[in-house]
Amino acid sequence: MVAIPHGDTDGHEGDHGAYGDDKPGFFARWFYSTNHKDIGTLYLIFGIISGLIGGYLSFKMRMELATPGIDVFNSEHEYLVFVSMHGLIMIFFMVMPALIGGFGNWFVPIMIGAPDMAFPRMNNLSFWLLPTALICLLISFFVPGSASGNGFGGGWVMYPPLSTSGSPGPAFDFIIIGLLAAGFSSIFGAINFITTILNMRAPGMTMHKMPLFAWGVLVTAFLLLLALPVLAASLFMLFTDRIDGGTGFFDPAMGGDPEMFQHLFWFFGHPEVYIMILPAFGIVSHVISTFSKKPIFGYLGMAYAMVAIGVVGFVVWAHHMYTVGMDVDLKAYFLAATLVIAVPTGVKIFSWLATMWGGSITFSIPMQWALAFIFLFVVGGVTGVMLANAGVDTALHDTYYVVAHFHYVLSMGAVFGIFCGFYYWFGKMSGYLYNKWIAAVHFWLFFIGVNVIFFPQHFLGLNSMPRRYIAYPEEFELWNQVSSAGALITLAGVAAFFVMLIEAFVRKRPAGENYWGEGATTLEWTLPSPPPFHIFNTLPRIDDNDGH
Amino acid sequence: MRLKRLILASSAAFFAMSSTALASRPTEGGYWLQEAATPVMQELTKLHNFVSWIILGITLFVMVLMAYIMFRFSAKRNPVPSKTTHHVGLEVAWTILPIIILLIMVVPSMRLLYLQDALPETEMTIKVTGNTWNWEYAYPEFENVESFISNPLEKEDADAAGVPYLLATDAPLVVPVETKVKVLVTSSNNLHSFAMPAFGVKMDAVPGRINETWFEVLPGKEGTYYGQCSEICGIKHYKMPIEIKVVSKAEFKRWVANDGAFTTSVAALGNNNMSGGVTAAQK
Repeated sequence: MVAIPHGDTDGHEGDHGAYGDDKPGFFARWFYSTNHKDIGTLYLIFGIISGLIGGYLSFKMRMELATPGIDVFNSEHEYLVFVSMHGLIMIFFMVMPALIGGFGNWFVPIMIGAPDMAFPRMNNLSFWLLPTALICLLISFFVPGSASGNGFGGGWVMYPPLSTSGSPGPAFDFIIIGLLAAGFSSIFGAINFITTILNMRAPGMTMHKMPLFAWGVLVTAFLLLLALPVLAASLFMLFTDRIDGGTGFFDPAMGGDPEMFQHLFWFFGHPEVYIMILPAFGIVSHVISTFSKKPIFGYLGMAYAMVAIGVVGFVVWAHHMYTVGMDVDLKAYFLAATLVIAVPTGVKIFSWLATMWGGSITFSIPMQWALAFIFLFVVGGVTGVMLANAGVDTALHDTYYVVAHFHYVLSMGAVFGIFCGFYYWFGKMSGYLYNKWIAAVHFWLFFIGVNVIFFPQHFLGLNSMPRRYIAYPEEFELWNQVSSAGALITLAGVAAFFVMLIEAFVRKRPAGENYWGEGATTLEWTLPSPPPFHIFNTLPRIDDNDGH
Repeated sequence: MRLKRLILASSAAFFAMSSTALASRPTEGGYWLQEAATPVMQELTKLHNFVSWIILGITLFVMVLMAYIMFRFSAKRNPVPSKTTHHVGLEVAWTILPIIILLIMVVPSMRLLYLQDALPETEMTIKVTGNTWNWEYAYPEFENVESFISNPLEKEDADAAGVPYLLATDAPLVVPVETKVKVLVTSSNNLHSFAMPAFGVKMDAVPGRINETWFEVLPGKEGTYYGQCSEICGIKHYKMPIEIKVVSKAEFKRWVANDGAFTTSVAALGNNNMSGGVTAAQK
């Protein structure tokens, strides 16, 4: 099906077949890197570090919430800072870098048979903007935010007036600068992915033969390209609003409107949700197909379901704002439009199940993450259907029900997608096999832990516990305690992950070219593990009969 | 402090006349919606339960199907995989079926939305202003009732009065039962959200805007209701509860004739208290 030319190289000595493997020195390799695989690795390491920071923030919040009173944090402000930064760091510095920057850089070029990304130097810039941005966010912890203390405590949504007159200190300015840098990083990345995917596919790799992960990243890149400039603009408007005697876009005293910001923010914010999940959809599709030993079911439907989700994702933003006092007809529109998203999402779920149907399924570690992903994504998806009903949302808006909902699709959807990809490609990226028992311990602790954390939060929300509360009435104590216990289980799971990593790098069990066997059919499985520094010096040719 | 307790005691005595001492608040370890006190909340609960059954059904269906597939098509039981990759009928079915389910859902959903949002002819109006961090209530139709500030009770005061901390206030919003009340919501500074779970009401308080919503408490539902600010508004976001006392129409008349009785004095106290609260916050 895929013909890779071997032998006859006119290149350097020591080439592996047609491949070049001349790596530059350490500093040049990792700091001036223009190689998509190295940049992907950098993104993954960066994502892990950010995940630890964001995880620490959430763990401390969960410990605080184990009791009704205030006893872990020094001040209410500090708690709100943690709430805000947990959201921003997890979204912009953990999920996006890992899924798009990490796996996207590593595997999109390989899957489409391209030697590298279209703009390798811009790729380097994309990555190095991110640590810069993260440093800005970390600085914001330690500089004055408002009269109440250091750091910005206005929530990751950054609504004015809390983010303008409410946080006059430099902390929020650092966040604006950091997010602008992260935004530009993503826009450059998006341009790179779109150009690479549209122009650098190997001969015979038509759009309709392209692996679904590449499709997911392509749709994601378009969403980034269209949504992030809106975020950048609204952040910049906040920035000028914050200057004394500056603009008044969101200040009613100057003829502005704080609700305007919410519209702008969610016009970016809702596509952002799909930015975080579409690449995970792609990864899960490959894993399901590999371990069922079957091609993906309804390939075209799967690809265009992602396109549909991306398109519809742009016209549903105000369902985050049902209680701001919108006109009822407008709410009715957003209600209907939001429900529509359930249809392409259903197509994806059922197509995954149909891929498994009739397959010969092995339950390897990546497959366990993929199966858990489907189940948890369904749970998070159906509560989304509940919240789409504007009438019911009146009761649930800004309660823990919403927190439970979006953690089921993110903390369990996107993050399970990341781990699914990590265990699927770990051998390919590192060249080593992991110990599957430690990996299984990681999976089960994590799976049980996150469910224990987030399922009881539905109950808290229904019982009307609002979000972003450091202290709460005693009636909410029971389920909060259960939830906090879940955080301990999850923490043990995270520890198992690092044990797995260390063990794999210490033992150095070499991974073969295609260690998953006949089910793994995409181009990365035709390369050695890890792939040589330069790949596809002669482009692979994809035969016509390799239909889906 | 002693003055406040006195006022609390007197207001408690005042409202002791409303014999049904119903109080709606979060339930201990509760896992479902609070009991409805208005027609809107009744409808909301009905829709919520209806949708809950649907989504529970969908989740169970996917779970069972997945479990069956994992069992039936494991490599042990099915060593040779099939090569099927298309089935037009199936793909059409799983596109159409969700659409049908959504259509079944959208009809009652729209009905609830319009019941909630299309304001009926209301019989009285109250104005709610979110401050940083307390609520201010005004009765524009009753000139003798001064607007007053409703402050949260500190823990020791709440415990002394036997009312729930982080829910109870020193001056509740007083409304009559079986009356369509229009609520105007605005804010003097940050965003807030005026929420009353048992009423099915949640409306953001936005500076520079006046939002409106409404409620009508069902007959026999006199009592005390508690809600909490539901839009992040700064460090005391968790500590600006909403307390509503629903009284009989006759009692409400008496309360108005009394110039809003306890509340005027409480308002004065509330002001003092607020300045105290701000200095505490600034520290």
